[in-house]
Parts: sequence; C-alpha cells; structure tokens
Amino acid sequence: MVVTFNRAVRTLRRSGTRDAGERFIQLILLVCAVSSIFAIFLIIVFVFSQGVPFLAEAGLGFLTTSVWLPADSFAAGTWGIFPIILGSLIVTLGAVAIGAPLGIACAVFLAEIAPPAVRRLLVPSVSALAGVPSVVYGFFALLVIVPWIRGQFGGFGTSILACWIILSVMILPTIISVSTDAVRAVPREYKEGSLAMGATRWQTIRSVLIPAASSGIMASVILGMGRAIGETMAVLLVAGNSVTIPGSIFAPVSTLTATIALEMGYATGAHQQALFAMGVVLFVFILILTGLANLASRRRVTF
Amino acid sequence: MPAKRREIVPMALLWGAGISTIVILIVILAYILAKGLPLISWHFLTTNPGVRGQTGAGIYSTIVATVAVTGVALLVAAPLSVGGAIYLNEYTRENLLRKVIRQAAEVLAGIPSIIIGLFGFLFFVIYLLPYTGGWSVLSAGLTLAFMVLPISLRISEEALKAVPGELREGSLGLGATKWQSITTVVLPTALPGIITGLILGMGRAIGETAAILLTAGGALGVIQSLRDPACPMTLYIYNILTEYNDTSAAYGTAAVLIIAILAITFITDWLMNSYTKKLQGL
Amino acid sequence: MSGEIEISVKNLNLWFGNFQALKNVNIDIPKNAVTALIGPSGCGKSTFIKTLDRMNDLVDNVKFTGEVIYKGRNILNSDTDVVALRKEIGMVFQKPNPFPKSIFDNVAYGPRVHGIRDKKALNEIVERSLKGAAIWDEVKDRLNESALRLSGGQQQRLCIARLLAVEPDVLLMDEPASALDPIATSKIEDLIYELKKEYTIIIVTHNMQQAARVSSHTAFFFLGELVEYASTIDLFERPREKKTEDYVTGKFG
Ligand SMILES: Nc1ncnc2c1ncn2[C@@H]1O[C@H](COP(=O)(O)OP(=O)(O)OP(=O)(O)O)[C@@H](O)[C@H]1O
Ligand SMILES: [Mg+2]
Repeated sequence: MVVTFNRAVRTLRRSGTRDAGERFIQLILLVCAVSSIFAIFLIIVFVFSQGVPFLAEAGLGFLTTSVWLPADSFAAGTWGIFPIILGSLIVTLGAVAIGAPLGIACAVFLAEIAPPAVRRLLVPSVSALAGVPSVVYGFFALLVIVPWIRGQFGGFGTSILACWIILSVMILPTIISVSTDAVRAVPREYKEGSLAMGATRWQTIRSVLIPAASSGIMASVILGMGRAIGETMAVLLVAGNSVTIPGSIFAPVSTLTATIALEMGYATGAHQQALFAMGVVLFVFILILTGLANLASRRRVTF
Repeated sequence: MPAKRREIVPMALLWGAGISTIVILIVILAYILAKGLPLISWHFLTTNPGVRGQTGAGIYSTIVATVAVTGVALLVAAPLSVGGAIYLNEYTRENLLRKVIRQAAEVLAGIPSIIIGLFGFLFFVIYLLPYTGGWSVLSAGLTLAFMVLPISLRISEEALKAVPGELREGSLGLGATKWQSITTVVLPTALPGIITGLILGMGRAIGETAAILLTAGGALGVIQSLRDPACPMTLYIYNILTEYNDTSAAYGTAAVLIIAILAITFITDWLMNSYTKKLQGL
Repeated sequence: MSGEIEISVKNLNLWFGNFQALKNVNIDIPKNAVTALIGPSGCGKSTFIKTLDRMNDLVDNVKFTGEVIYKGRNILNSDTDVVALRKEIGMVFQKPNPFPKSIFDNVAYGPRVHGIRDKKALNEIVERSLKGAAIWDEVKDRLNESALRLSGGQQQRLCIARLLAVEPDVLLMDEPASALDPIATSKIEDLIYELKKEYTIIIVTHNMQQAARVSSHTAFFFLGELVEYASTIDLFERPREKKTEDYVTGKFG
C-alpha cells in the first residue's frame, strides 16, 4: 500500500471554515489576555465604589486625625486613621531597614561568592522562604518572637519590634531574588576589567558591581517595601492592634492591613465603608511603590 | 598582603548574610515541624476538627476546604493565564496592548491580598450572592484566582518566550496551522515552565489567609457543595491562635501545610527538570 | 530555457517597512531541477525564498507586489491558503531545527497535523521519508530516541525527511549545509542530487563550488536585484554581467 495525501483537496484556495476556527481561537485567547486588565478594573471599581464616597464625606481629617471610634452610622463615629497610617509606615520602614541590608548582602553572596555547593542549598532555601504562608510566619512570631520580647523587654511582647523582625524575614525572598538578578545582569567585562586592574574581590563588588546593579537593587527594596506594607496575617497576629500613636518600639501598633482584617468581621454600615476607604489608601500607597519600582528598574546605570 | 586582610571582614559579613538566610529558614521550619510532626497521624488527617479546637480531633474538613478552594482558583486562573500568555507571545508583536497587559499583570501581582479580599467580599460574597452562596468555597476560590492569575501569566509568558522561533517556523513550514503549531510544538516545549508557574500560583493559593478570611466563611463542617462556607487550613490556624486556648492543633495544621507546599514545589521542580532533560534527549 | 517551469516570478518587489529588500525580480524556476541562489550577505536570497512559501508573512510590516505563479495561480494573492501552500512548498533551514520529540514523531509530525492517524500508514510514511532523505540506515533502530541526540548533519537530513513526509513538490533550502562539517555537507549534496529527480529544489548557498556541483541553474542576487540568471555553467564560466564576474571570481563578497 502506498499512502498518499488526497491531491484533489490541494486547491491552494483559503479554507473558510479552518480560517474561522483559527480566528475564533485567537479571539478566545485575546479574552484571556485582557482578563488581567479586566481584573484590575473590577477590583478598583468595587473597592473604590465603597471607599471613595466615604473618603469624600470624611475629608482630609480621616487621614490626619487620631481618634478612631468607628460606628455603624457616619454621624455616630469618630474617624481618624492617622495612627494606623503611621503604624503601617513605621512597621514597613523598620522591616525594610533590617531586611534590605541582609537581603542585598545575601544576593551579592549568592551571585558572586557562594561556592556551588552553598548555592545549591541557598537557592531552594530562598524559594522555600517565599513559599511559607504568611499565617505560618505569624504563628512562629506569635509563639517564639513575642514571648522572647516579653521576657527581654517586658510589656505584652506584641509590638513594633515583633513586626519588624518577622516582616524583615518575610521580605527577604523578594529582595534577594530581584537583587540577585540585578547583580547577575552586570556585564562580565565590568567585573573582569576591575579585577584585571588589580582590585580585590570586595573592592570590585563595592565599587563596580553594586553601583552597576544599583537600579535593580533599588527596585528590589521598593518591591520589598510593597510586600511589607501589604502584609496582613503576620502583622495581625503580632502587632497588638492598638490604635494609638506608639511611644516605643515595644508598644503595640495597628496597621491598615491588620485593621481591615480584624474589623471586617463585624463592621457594618459606615464602619465597613471606612475599612474600604483604608483599602483605597493602601492601594494608593502600593501604586506609588509600584511606580517607583518601575522607575528604578528602568533607570540604566552607565559608566 | 594587606589588601587581602582588609577583605576578611566584608567577606565574612557576606557569608554571614547568606548563611543566616538558610539558618532562618531552618529555624522556622524546625520549630514548626518539631512541634507539629508528632501530632500528625492518620487519625489527625482524617478526623474533623472538634468544637473549639479540643485536643484529639483532626483537620480533615480543613484539608478538604483547602483542596476545594485551591482547585477552584486554579480551574479559573490556569486557562486564563496560559491562554493570555499564548496570546501575548504568539499572536501579538511588541506593541501597546502587550505593554499594557504586562503592566496590568504586574500591578495585579502587587495588590495586597487584603485588598483582593475586600474586593472578593464585595463582589463574590455580597454582589454575586445568589450564585456563589455568599461566604463559600466558590467565593474564596474565585477571589484567589485573581492572585494566581498574574503569577502564572508572567511565568508562562517567559516559558513561551524561551521556545526557539525555529521550531515554530519548522512546524508552519510543514503546513501546520498556527494553532496546530502552538499545541503540538510550542506548548509541549514550554510545558515545564508553564507548570512551574501554575504550581507557584497554587502554592500561593494554598498559603493565602487574608483574602480567605473575608470570603470563605470559616465553617468547620465538611463541605457538601462549592456554595458552602468553609475553613481552609490557613484560616483554621489563624482561628485557633486567636480564639482557642489549646494551640496544639495549629502546630499540626501548620506542619501539614508546610510539608504540602514544599513537597509540591520541589517535586514539581524535579519532575519538570527531568521532563526538560527528556525533551533535550539526555 | 528548456523543460517545464514550476514557479514563475514576475515583477516581484518586497519591502520591510520602508526598506526595499527585493527589486523587480523576474525568474522562472524549472521543474525537477536544482536552482541555486548566490550573492553577498544581505542581498535578499532568504527573503526571496521565504516569499515562495509566504514565510515572510510572519514578519511585521512586510509588503509585496508582483506575481508568483505556482500551479496556475498567483500565490501572493490574499485568498491563498498559506497553510496548504507550505505543505506543497517546504523549507529546510540553515540551522537544523528538529522538534524536541522522537525521530519517529518528527517525521510523522506533518502527516499527523494533516490528519493521518493510522499507525500503519504512519510507519510506512516515516520509513519511506527517512529512506528518501538517506538517513534510514542510521536511525532505523532508534526511531524512538530524541531527535536532539542526532548529529548536526543527521538532524538536517531528518528535517529533510520531515519535509518529504508531507509530499511537497518544491523544496526550499536556505544554506542547508552551512552549519555542517565537510562530510555531512557532502552527504547533503548527494541527497540533493537524488532528490532533484522528483522535486523542484531551490537552494541558497554561499559556497560557489557547492552551487556549481549541485545546481543546473544559478541566480545571482545583488542588493535586492536579480543581476543574472543562467545555466550554472554559463553563469560561472561566461557571466554576462561585470558584477557577476567579480562575485564568482571572488573579487568581492
Ligand atoms: N524582518 C526583517 N525586517 C527588516 N529587514 C529585514 C528583515 N529580514 C531581512 N531584512 C533585510 O533585508 C535584506 C535582505 O535580507 P536577507 O536575509 O534576505 O539576506 P540574505 O541574502 O539571505 O543574506 P545572508 O546571506 O546573510 O543570509 C537585508 O538587508 C536585511 O537586513
Ligand atoms: Mg539568508
């Protein structure tokens, strides 16, 4: 038997049905592709539809005054989230201040120094750190870090410090992976040029690699900041959640995320809208950070 | 060599940073596993949680809830993200649409889970209540799909981009249609990357708590339908920690959760590596 | 020119954006013969053969005018079924590009996408195609091995076998041997010699000796223009154009 194609069908004229099929598939794929845009659109429309009217009614005082006594009706409550915003910022900046140096150092180590055997251990460790659920971090912090702070420094232990410690660990994977990519992306010639001039490894790292990778490193820190300010469960468990302006790092705080999570369970009416308004505030913070991270990573360092 | 001597301190610090990252992971895992593993037994995995977290009960219904919620999230996010990545990589050139979608996915990936939770509460729990049953597996799963989508989209796109153009040309040159080329040559070659992206998204869904807190309802019974409220493992841990006196069940649950996520991640990694090797004929 | 014409190109112009890559090309490609395309790098040889199976359609901003008459129709017309066309006019690329599949699946790929499912038929097509591409003896015992484990020359012959499996009439070869060592190259040349009995072959090459060895007709391209087209012997030994002479005698390029 000799198998051949049916020559009669070879007309070379376009097949309408097959073309239509291909176009239909393309249309479906287009719908999939725009679903991300649609998702953001939905999120903004729904969250803002609740939050923005409240913001309009409460005015700037919502952000700048310090008494938070929510109620079901707008008139019955006192709406000042300044301590909460402050809490989010303190917690975030402190976590980044601890986590960024550690993460960047680890990234440089990973990209430049680590012998292959250590690297083979470190790379999966970083992905494992990224995979640990935030509630588990919170759990660990609540049962290990909080009692330790309570024992060492007194107080409840649920505090700014507890948030700093656990958040600085939680943002490590983000900082390490983005910074490692940035350091790796530095052209080899820069490094070899420096080494060839007799510079030591550390001198090369400090004066060539890190400056050349600085925009990517900066982006990693901003992304880490975004993770910290958006983190909810770990903070919720160890912050203490008291809406006051904290007096020390051993004092409890509350953050935007933790307040939303804590109070959504029972909030109704104006209170619920106020929580959505906090969501809007948080969203704006995140958008600013995302924009900054984009700017940072677009800036090209040349020399 | 004085220069060499001056290197010692900074080099030691860099080593310290690398090693401490590993140590931190080990400490956290060791603590949870040391306390949690002894609690895990067949009984623990197959018995429902007791009232108020009494000791001796298990976590069966929370495992079911996690599987169901994650399943819904993946079922929705997988086709959208893989289909979207195919569209971006195979049907568009570097143009505005592509930039806008990529930017959108990046923003979506950066939105904190609590905000996605707020949205899910408003949209799925309240607005679509007649369809989702309010607080339910369906509401929680659909909400999580919004988090899985950008992760998987980005990684799938990278995987597709790594498929050499010559393979597409080869296939088209044999008279395959575009869609045939995609399904029979491009996708199989990109499969390891695509699966890895989905698994990463799945890990995210399994471990998510904040969005679940606002959408799942937290009921401890075994779900009968997707429209039932449920309490996935992560939420159960949170509830134990904040409401119960006896926290031991939280250790067991956290241990199960961690083992599940790490096992899924690393087993997939290994499977995908061997698949890639097979593709390369090694 | 004697014999039957397979493809007749008339007044072909092609632009990438504002850049004109082909300028008023006119050429008749003889049936069941080997036509070689030579010319310096960037002169439009690849662009020309990719026009013949409409592979240039994959490029952004491509525009063309003129006619490519094949089987009595202008395949540049927008109602041409490019998928069916590419089954008739197959292309072998510079770098071998086997799919990351088994040897068998590579060859069976074309028939399968065209709807042949029957295992026995596939076996027969695969064997016939591999024999046709003179690689059967080397691979018959390892059909289920990955094609990526073959040597470069074997991979290229496998890619030719993969084409033969869809029974094309015309084979376009864009520097099919440029990535191969001399021994593999001579095997490909022997194969081309065999294949021309049944197929119309157009081969792009930078290697003048190769053009002289395998082709009956040669076309010399320069800056997008077809400078000279003649029988291979005439073109190499009695070029009519000064530019052709300079090129074939190695004065430039
Ligand atoms: N996709 C494209 N977009 C824009 N210009 C292109 C594109 N492809 C080819 N060109 C240009 O068209 C001209 C002809 O290119 P072509 O690849 O056909 O040359 P060639 O003769 O095959 O060269 P070589 O011998 O190096 O393979 C070149 O100037 C090239 O830069
Ligand atoms: Mg070329």
